[in-house]
Amino acid sequence: MFVWAFLLTLTVILLYAVVVVYAERKAAAFVQDRLGPLEVGPKGLLQTVADLLKLLQKEDIIPNASDKILFRLAPWLIFIAIFCGFIALPWAPGLVGSDLPSGIFMIFAVVSLDVIGLFMVGWGANNKYALFGAVRSIAQIISYEIPLGLCLLAVVTFTGTLNLQEIAAQQALHSTSYLFGIPAVDVSHWGGIFAWNIIRFPVLIPVAILFFITTLAECNRAPFDIPEAESELVAGFHTEYSGFRFGMLFLSEYAMMLLVALLLVFLFLGAWHSPLPNIAAIALCDWTSGAVGHWSAIAWSVFWLGIKTMTVVFWQIMLRWTFPRLRVDQLMHLCWKLFLPLSMLLVLTSAVWKWFLIA
Amino acid sequence: MAVKNSTYRTHFFTIIGSLLGAVLLAWKHFRSAIHRKKIMSIDDTSYFHQKDGVVTTLYPYESIPVPDNGRYRLHNEMEDCIVCDLCAKICPVDCIAIDPIKSTVEIGKTSDGSTRRIYAATFDIDMAKCCYCGLCTTVCPTESLTMTKAYDYSEFDIRNMVYHFADLSPEESVVKRKEWDEAQAAKLAAKAAPVATEEKPSAVADGEQPVAKPKPFIPKAMPPKVAIPVKKADDANVTPSAESKPEETPKPKVSIPPKIKIPLPKKKDDDATKGETTE
Repeated sequence: MFVWAFLLTLTVILLYAVVVVYAERKAAAFVQDRLGPLEVGPKGLLQTVADLLKLLQKEDIIPNASDKILFRLAPWLIFIAIFCGFIALPWAPGLVGSDLPSGIFMIFAVVSLDVIGLFMVGWGANNKYALFGAVRSIAQIISYEIPLGLCLLAVVTFTGTLNLQEIAAQQALHSTSYLFGIPAVDVSHWGGIFAWNIIRFPVLIPVAILFFITTLAECNRAPFDIPEAESELVAGFHTEYSGFRFGMLFLSEYAMMLLVALLLVFLFLGAWHSPLPNIAAIALCDWTSGAVGHWSAIAWSVFWLGIKTMTVVFWQIMLRWTFPRLRVDQLMHLCWKLFLPLSMLLVLTSAVWKWFLIA
Repeated sequence: MAVKNSTYRTHFFTIIGSLLGAVLLAWKHFRSAIHRKKIMSIDDTSYFHQKDGVVTTLYPYESIPVPDNGRYRLHNEMEDCIVCDLCAKICPVDCIAIDPIKSTVEIGKTSDGSTRRIYAATFDIDMAKCCYCGLCTTVCPTESLTMTKAYDYSEFDIRNMVYHFADLSPEESVVKRKEWDEAQAAKLAAKAAPVATEEKPSAVADGEQPVAKPKPFIPKAMPPKVAIPVKKADDANVTPSAESKPEETPKPKVSIPPKIKIPLPKKKDDDATKGETTE
């Protein structure tokens, strides 16, 4: 199972990167009333493939004055750290690299190692822009991990488990679910969207929003892309990278996007379960879930997980082309003065609600 | 700081509102990208009514129509040109080079009825120098010189930016020049014998006009540059004319041959020899 999950994850990340880079360029173009890539392949579909081929053929330039060991090693460390985050992420019921009881905890523990990689990139390159980028990135990622951790805590308070498989199972049809967190209204037989964590327990709606924003900062996405601010820092921490190594940094960034999007879906949006509820005789949820244990269940799971994740990724992309970049002080203000108290409040609310109404 | 913080706090909901507004705006544009703005000329009355949609024009495949008064590449309709040299004179950047040869007979009529009496051994327009002011087209008495709508004519070699409109081939121009010179010589001989008639002085005066023409472009030292590509393009288009010039007018054009002959050996000795042989 582990080997299969490993290969599957690697394939999914690579395919996803190819598709999403294209999607991002197209979405950016559409938001800006342009057409985006059109020339390579039908509708420009092969543009990313062409870009990847170009990237792989490029010379791997290592600056003379750089710390060569750090410089060579850093992209691998970053990619491995983020890739390891996928170990505890299930792709379908039962299809998981490692069914860890402390899944979420493990994911964030491993993924935060990526900060070390970023620092190696910035330090090893011996370039002022790279160093600025790395310093900014570290400041940002470490700061935002605190509200992010508190968001996770708010979810875990409600779910009572760190295992993502269990969290997914809790959001299935016929698992205990209350409409808007009120135990008096039992809607377990409805399933669908009513079994989603954010609907079962509405405190998680602001938590989900907060989680989404902080994860944007975690993966250095706009409007929190100050680590690679093109207009200020050339390309930020990966200024000196080219060819395959640059490709790996690029891939890590996109893999991180996928990771947090998947987590968002698992924690708040009903994991791989159908969003369509059973309404009396119209059993939309049953029709779109497949039979338990049958291959159709797996197929539907993958389908719904993919749709939901891609929707989240789509909004990650849309926000990038909507908002201007935050200044460093604004970024810190937002994190320490706004998100931190807010997330603490949400953890408290979540715990109190759970204690008095549900438990 | 205190003031700043209070503004942050009081404007919290305004900020959230404007952020949501931004997202909605982005989404609106994303959605409206399913249709594209129609490619239409600025003359179209509905040009400014298209508010939404993709603005990109896929240029090589489609292009926005050029308005009728668009000023782009020059074109000279030699059939209508009387080689009056007005365009070359008014050109502020001197991009038009004309080498006229008077004809002994009337060549024909232009479409507006003017008589054509002068051949153009050279009528080169260097579009790389052109500033698209359109003055040459305004002064053109027969409207033979016009600005067309063609705007995409970039070249890899700048020398290809010179457009040749001459209506004589090099060989023909040699013949025509000789004809004119012989006619002039005959007239002079006739003049020497009897007293001058009315026609002769006017003809001489006319004959001097083309002589005066090369003067303005000689000091620029540009003709050689123009002349070289011409040779490359269609072998020795200008060389015979350039070297036959001294034959026709000995007085001012003595200064021409060195200036023209210097660049010849520089770039192509073959051309120089060819020019000599054709001569």
